[in-house]
Amino acid sequence: MPSLKDLKNRIGSVKNTRKITKAMQMVAAAKLRRAQDSAEAARPYAERMNAVMGGLAASVGNSEGAPRLLAGTGSDKVHLLVVMTAERGLCGGFNSSIVRLARVRANELLLAGKTVKILTVGKKGREQLRRDLGNHFVGHVDLSEVKRIGYANAQAIAKDILARFDAGEFDVATLFYNRFQSVISQIPTAQQVIPAVFEGGAEASALYDYEPSEEAILADLLPRGVATQVFAALLENGASEQGARMSAMDNATRNAGDMINKLTIQYNRSRQAAITKELIEIISGAEAL
Amino acid sequence: MANTLQFDLVSPERRLASVAATEVQIPGADGDMTAMEGHAATITTLRPGVLRVTSAEGVKSYAVTGGFAEINATSVSVLAEKAVPSEEATGTVLDDILAEARELAAAALPEDRDMAEKAVNDILAMKAGLGH
Repeated sequence: MPSLKDLKNRIGSVKNTRKITKAMQMVAAAKLRRAQDSAEAARPYAERMNAVMGGLAASVGNSEGAPRLLAGTGSDKVHLLVVMTAERGLCGGFNSSIVRLARVRANELLLAGKTVKILTVGKKGREQLRRDLGNHFVGHVDLSEVKRIGYANAQAIAKDILARFDAGEFDVATLFYNRFQSVISQIPTAQQVIPAVFEGGAEASALYDYEPSEEAILADLLPRGVATQVFAALLENGASEQGARMSAMDNATRNAGDMINKLTIQYNRSRQAAITKELIEIISGAEAL
Repeated sequence: MANTLQFDLVSPERRLASVAATEVQIPGADGDMTAMEGHAATITTLRPGVLRVTSAEGVKSYAVTGGFAEINATSVSVLAEKAVPSEEATGTVLDDILAEARELAAAALPEDRDMAEKAVNDILAMKAGLGH
């Protein structure tokens, strides 16, 4: 049975924790709005880009001279997994869900006899994967100094990926990130970026004149397409992280409240018990006289 | 008032402009072209240069560093890698872009060197065009 003083300290500390989690929740809510806005603002570019590239890919894709970024290297022995997580924790299952998806995929590929290389973006994913898949790491991108994710960050990551591709380090690249659904639901997603995949893009490209040639435009666009997809993934991830943190901190705040109630009841009970005990002692002392 | 076409300028981070324009001058990879209402459907890549948009509000120019433009009879969409309104494109902003391009040119593989050096020259021409 803890003493009255212990209980009082305990209540105090839980109250402080509740204040912190409440503040974190509010900060996350503000950041979430901003992250959603930038994800929203980036959408028109990505959509147009995809539409044009989809059209081009449909008309050029099957020809002999199709760029390697589209047609692939002709094998799928070496896979690059780009695992994008947060730089900070305290955001519920956000990081673990991405890591889980990536780990399942990595193990499947390893079982199938493929080579797996892992590029981590964000510290948390790296920490979680290091133990069992650490020897597959080929690189890490640190975004902890970045306050607001810009296209330049995405370009740098894309450049890294493309340089490795040109050097023949891998055949297939897949991004792992959380797609933002709502504050309470983020969907871990695996998206293949190299070779490029387009969903239902085969339409109406024959109507356009191309200047310079279709092949030249496609060769110019594909690397940009990778950067655009990385950028979109970073933004989705950013919004998801804040959403996950917001709901995690909301839960934590509520739990802290419950705990304070429980501890307060226990505190009051023991205080009353102590008083009753003292009274009994006095009364029995008086009766004994 | 001449017929207009819908002009959109988007960069990866945001939409910079969306207006009804009478003519749009585009720095295409193979040379400048001006799109007006009823232009044949065309997709072109951009070289670094100045994009000029004439609309009811007057002429507005943007410095763009690359990307592509999609033109059809009723609209022009420019997807620029980086686009800066000309009034914000001061000497320092352009110098940054130039320095970046020079760096790329220096690091480029021999087969890409020509392209990278062309980009540097295009940026120099753009700078001169904007009066810096």
